[in-house]
Amino acid sequence: MRVRVKYSKQGLMKFIVHLDMMRYFQKACRRAGIDVVYTEGLSPHMSMSFALPLGVGMTSDSEYVDVDLKSALSSDVIVNALNESAPEGIHFTDARQIPVGKAHKGMTLVSRADYTLRMTKEDPWDPSWPEEFICWLDQPEILVLKKGKKTEKEMNIRPLIYEAKFVSGGPPVTDLARPLSTRQSPLKNNPEQPFSTQQPPPPEDLILSLSAGLDRNIRPELVMQAFARQTKREYQPFRFLINRDEVYADLGKEGRHRFVPLIDLGERIP
Amino acid sequence: MEMKLALPEEVLLSVEKPERYLGNEVNAVHKDPADVRIRFAMCFPDVYEIGMSHLGIQILYEMFNRRPDTWCERVYSPWVDLDRVMRQKRIPLFALESQERIRDFDFLGITLQYELCYANVLQILDLAGIPLHASQRLYTRSSEPGQGRERMPAEDPVCPEKSAGEVLDSGITPSLKKRSGERPDQVPQEELALGDGAPIVIGGGPCAYNPEPIAEFFDLFYIGEGETVYDELLDLYKECKEKGVSRKEFLLQAASIDGIYCPLFYRPSYHEDGTLKSFEPLLHTIPKRIRKQVVKDLDHSPYLTKPLVPFMQVTQDRVVLEVQRGCIRGCRFCQAGMIYRPTRTKSLETLKKNADQLLAATGHEEISLSSLSTSDYPDLEGLVTYLLEKHGKTENINISLPSLRIDAFSLDVMSKVQDVKKSSLTFAPEGGSQRMRDVINKGLTQEDILRGASQAFQGGWNKVKLYFMLGQPTETEEDRRAIAHLAEKIAELYYDTVPKENRSGRCMITISTSFFVPKPFTPFQWAAMFTPEDYLTFAHTVNNEVKASLNHKSIRYNWHEAYGTVLEGLLARGDRRVSRVIEAAYRKGALFDAWTEHWDWNRWVEAMEETGTDLSFYTRRQREEDELFPWDFIDAGPSKRFLLEEWHKAMRAEVTLNCHKKCSACGAAKFGCGVCFDYHAERSGAKTSEAGGSGMI
Repeated sequence: MRVRVKYSKQGLMKFIVHLDMMRYFQKACRRAGIDVVYTEGLSPHMSMSFALPLGVGMTSDSEYVDVDLKSALSSDVIVNALNESAPEGIHFTDARQIPVGKAHKGMTLVSRADYTLRMTKEDPWDPSWPEEFICWLDQPEILVLKKGKKTEKEMNIRPLIYEAKFVSGGPPVTDLARPLSTRQSPLKNNPEQPFSTQQPPPPEDLILSLSAGLDRNIRPELVMQAFARQTKREYQPFRFLINRDEVYADLGKEGRHRFVPLIDLGERIP
Repeated sequence: MEMKLALPEEVLLSVEKPERYLGNEVNAVHKDPADVRIRFAMCFPDVYEIGMSHLGIQILYEMFNRRPDTWCERVYSPWVDLDRVMRQKRIPLFALESQERIRDFDFLGITLQYELCYANVLQILDLAGIPLHASQRLYTRSSEPGQGRERMPAEDPVCPEKSAGEVLDSGITPSLKKRSGERPDQVPQEELALGDGAPIVIGGGPCAYNPEPIAEFFDLFYIGEGETVYDELLDLYKECKEKGVSRKEFLLQAASIDGIYCPLFYRPSYHEDGTLKSFEPLLHTIPKRIRKQVVKDLDHSPYLTKPLVPFMQVTQDRVVLEVQRGCIRGCRFCQAGMIYRPTRTKSLETLKKNADQLLAATGHEEISLSSLSTSDYPDLEGLVTYLLEKHGKTENINISLPSLRIDAFSLDVMSKVQDVKKSSLTFAPEGGSQRMRDVINKGLTQEDILRGASQAFQGGWNKVKLYFMLGQPTETEEDRRAIAHLAEKIAELYYDTVPKENRSGRCMITISTSFFVPKPFTPFQWAAMFTPEDYLTFAHTVNNEVKASLNHKSIRYNWHEAYGTVLEGLLARGDRRVSRVIEAAYRKGALFDAWTEHWDWNRWVEAMEETGTDLSFYTRRQREEDELFPWDFIDAGPSKRFLLEEWHKAMRAEVTLNCHKKCSACGAAKFGCGVCFDYHAERSGAKTSEAGGSGMI
């Protein structure tokens, strides 16, 4: 039986690297008495796969791991057993049965991830940066150098940014969900609007929906670095606290997206 | 979630492995500071990965935290990258769990597992902001971190040239204290109350058996096994703190507890030739001798049930099941084999229960049997069978068996638990020739080794590791060459026993040699060491002989650092004056001396020159038989008379039988437990039944 487990990784846990999270999860299953299937071969190991590794320093509400269980357990039993020995910062939120097969693996399906970025209080950027950010996105091409293991290549990340919006407790300042052509840039076309006249509280959080997965994956830092470089701002690592909000599969057809959170692809086990 | 961090986030994200500094491991204990009376910081003065692998700390951590009035936390040496940042930013050393600064704790317990961590002990005190000298701590409060290295010795409020005893002297006898006004250069100092100023710094572990080289830096040492009198000490502390007594008054009372040594209250004096003349307590209420603490019954002593499970991979990433303490063998170079006497075993039932519990609480996928000589555990077969049946087959738990003698039984067991093709077999003959092995009382013959190797080759192994020591007493060039010859014989044996069609390539024999360091409380405590250059010559002799052998392509040879060996020798048998060298070396930047990439011999050479310390006095000299040693005030069990007898037997290459075969009356029987007790009970039991038998006829 293949089960998709969802958990959050918060607080101090953000300093734990992905490799150690894998080690953690294996031990957590043993402590919880969850019988995981072992692979065959010379050095048997637990049959499990993580959907999308999380960079160190980021928190997340939606981490996914698919595991094969020897015997059937209910969703509640799995979640409770794992939570029992979980350290502060790790919280298991759901476990659902998913179909077996490579095409259904979380790792294969991942196509989008949403992130919330909050600027840290020390040494913040000028208050006008959100406006400029929105304008900056309003271009067909954003070229960045992406470092591979051996090569560096220039790529256009603009199509990989699905959505960007600022939220500040009130309504979103702007919504980039609409197609590029119909969207109005607040600065270019309507310089008075909306920031200067309505004077909303300074935006706090930037929500970025980015392409994710095995081949077209971009990290939120990459976007912010590109923005900083192109608008002559200083980019320091750790300027933003970054949380991964959700990870999606794309069930759309013929070039149209239909994003569904990974957990919704499974069935709750009674 | 509330996130309490001693280190700013950007520091954590910029240093190597931030996981070392979080304290959020599974099974870590968190308490509300308002609920406890005693804050205890337990320290292993090396990097996290090493410290987390130490079983003793885990046992004490759980034992202390069972006390509702105590919160025990951990601290390890910040790695060199964080060390730099902490000094720059003046971030005080903190305990992992609460992330609160160490200097506000009641106790700082430091385990001393090897001598090369002594500079790290000073790093811990210094980063915590705790005055380095115990005598300073009577009058001086903790301050900003990192000043111990920056400040030069002359600026210290208490000159380290002066012994702690002298400093104390002026405080102990009221008449002397009054007269302190006669010395105009000395500002009269107010004695600090307990709990005000600095934690009580207490050391333990094997190096505490010669605490003198670091005695200046510790308020107390705990000699022996931690499970016995710590409760008494903590109770006393609580009581004294409530009464509001001075730090010194508490130390005075603590010094009367069995097994507790308070260096401030003892004063050494020296002969003109530099050897120790006397070592006496300053007050008649202070015990002359300190007897080590021993757990009499391992089945009923506090044991681990919920070990910490780190996120990052540490050296010992598995359940460690301690099957016994002590060793019956009596190898003459081995300190552990002497100071942990008498050998005490856990019952099979206890071990089964421990194993189940530890595996369930940790989720580890491996369990390792731990002891000085696991082959000597009486029911090893029963234990291994149980672990294999209960955990190995059904739960995919690996079983690892270090320190096994290689024989038919152990090979059979190992073939069941390991992948034969990948693993290698380890022999530790320690000496190359039979004569040498008799000198060190290794109790292992060439026949044993060859038989074991032959069985191993037949069983499919083709990798063998051999451990030896160079520079042991009476060793000759011939003994050194014999190391290469033994390896050659094993290689030959492989090609003789394993038919060509069954070989998977050539066999690989790896020889490792370390250089011998004489340790206190061993029969070799009188022995002389050599110079680093000598040691390298010894290694070259072995290397040349290996190269000249027929099967040299199947033999690999590597040897240890020679300069580090000599430093270890200085620190192992040093006296109280050696503390000045350690402090000077620390000021010059010594840190992580056990790490080849960080240690620097030159710092130590300079430190010795600066303090006028004669290295050869401590290392090259064969000590006189009647010399008073700095550690003689400790009663570790085996008597000095027994050790001397063994030293003489070593000179004659005479072996001594192990504790199971014959009691050598070493002196450990006074603890009334373990193999000593069993041995004598068995003997008297045997006599009675014999007598009974004859009566029936």
